Amino acid sequence: MSTQASAAVAEEHAHRDDVGSKIGIWLFLFTELILFGGMFIVYAVYRFAHPAEFHLAAIELDTFVGTVNTIILLTSSLTVALSIRAIQDGRTSLSLLLVGLTQVLAAAFLVNKYFEWSHKFSLGIYPRSPEMLNRPSGEILYFGLYFTMTGLHALHVIIGMAILGFMMVSIARGTINRTSHVRLEAGGLYWHLVDIIWIFLFPLFYLLH
Amino acid sequence: MEQHHDHRSGETTHGSSYGQFVLIWLGLLALTGITVALAGIDLGRWLIVTALVIASIKTTLVLNIFMHLKFEDRMFRIFVFVAVLTLTIFFVLTFFDYAFH
Repeated sequence: MSTQASAAVAEEHAHRDDVGSKIGIWLFLFTELILFGGMFIVYAVYRFAHPAEFHLAAIELDTFVGTVNTIILLTSSLTVALSIRAIQDGRTSLSLLLVGLTQVLAAAFLVNKYFEWSHKFSLGIYPRSPEMLNRPSGEILYFGLYFTMTGLHALHVIIGMAILGFMMVSIARGTINRTSHVRLEAGGLYWHLVDIIWIFLFPLFYLLH
Repeated sequence: MEQHHDHRSGETTHGSSYGQFVLIWLGLLALTGITVALAGIDLGRWLIVTALVIASIKTTLVLNIFMHLKFEDRMFRIFVFVAVLTLTIFFVLTFFDYAFH
């Protein structure tokens, strides 16, 4: 170990508790799990009560768009995982590039979502629309849950983009670096959770045919 | 798996290599392909079962490799287990109540 590195070590050792930081972010992720978990319970009960109507309503969703968005989010999970690997190896520019790529993928996900929802709105499918109110209650519940759950998920994507933006600034400034990267790991953990929620939303809403 | 010795704290941090991350990603894409293909077949009530099993496998991969859980202290895995168990209990209790109404 070089003397320079030892100096950095001595300087940073005093006020850091990486394990504590990780416990913090995991506890936060569990609150997110319960938040979405509650909604999945509501989904399960209503689907159990209205299987045929959920089936019919789900046919109106575009499986292709859902599949593309799944691929986009899985790829963004890869890029954020690789960015942490890169910073651990001291490859700062590569790490910055990978977080930037994650941002681009997140934006692509939201653009798809925008067009998907706009198309639904143009067909008169939105909560309490005249078209919706004429439908059987199971379909109203299905679309209500669809807009609420994918909407809350999209909000998480937007927040994730803001968090990743801060990460990029910190990497560029060198406050996230080879020896101190727990913040980037925390940001990555949040991003992966958003991916996991989509892993369940996708089959439950798009693949009911 | 590569091992990286963290000189600062003397701890050993483990992690996957770039190639291993890419392999996991390819696996996740393949599982997505399978679940979409299965949805095209009339599996009846088994569709939801296969979809949830595949989603759970994907989640396990993301948790263990991307979220690094496999290489963390055992305490983190116990945490996650308890959290998932709690949610499962919520599901089971809800359906017990619902089924007997």
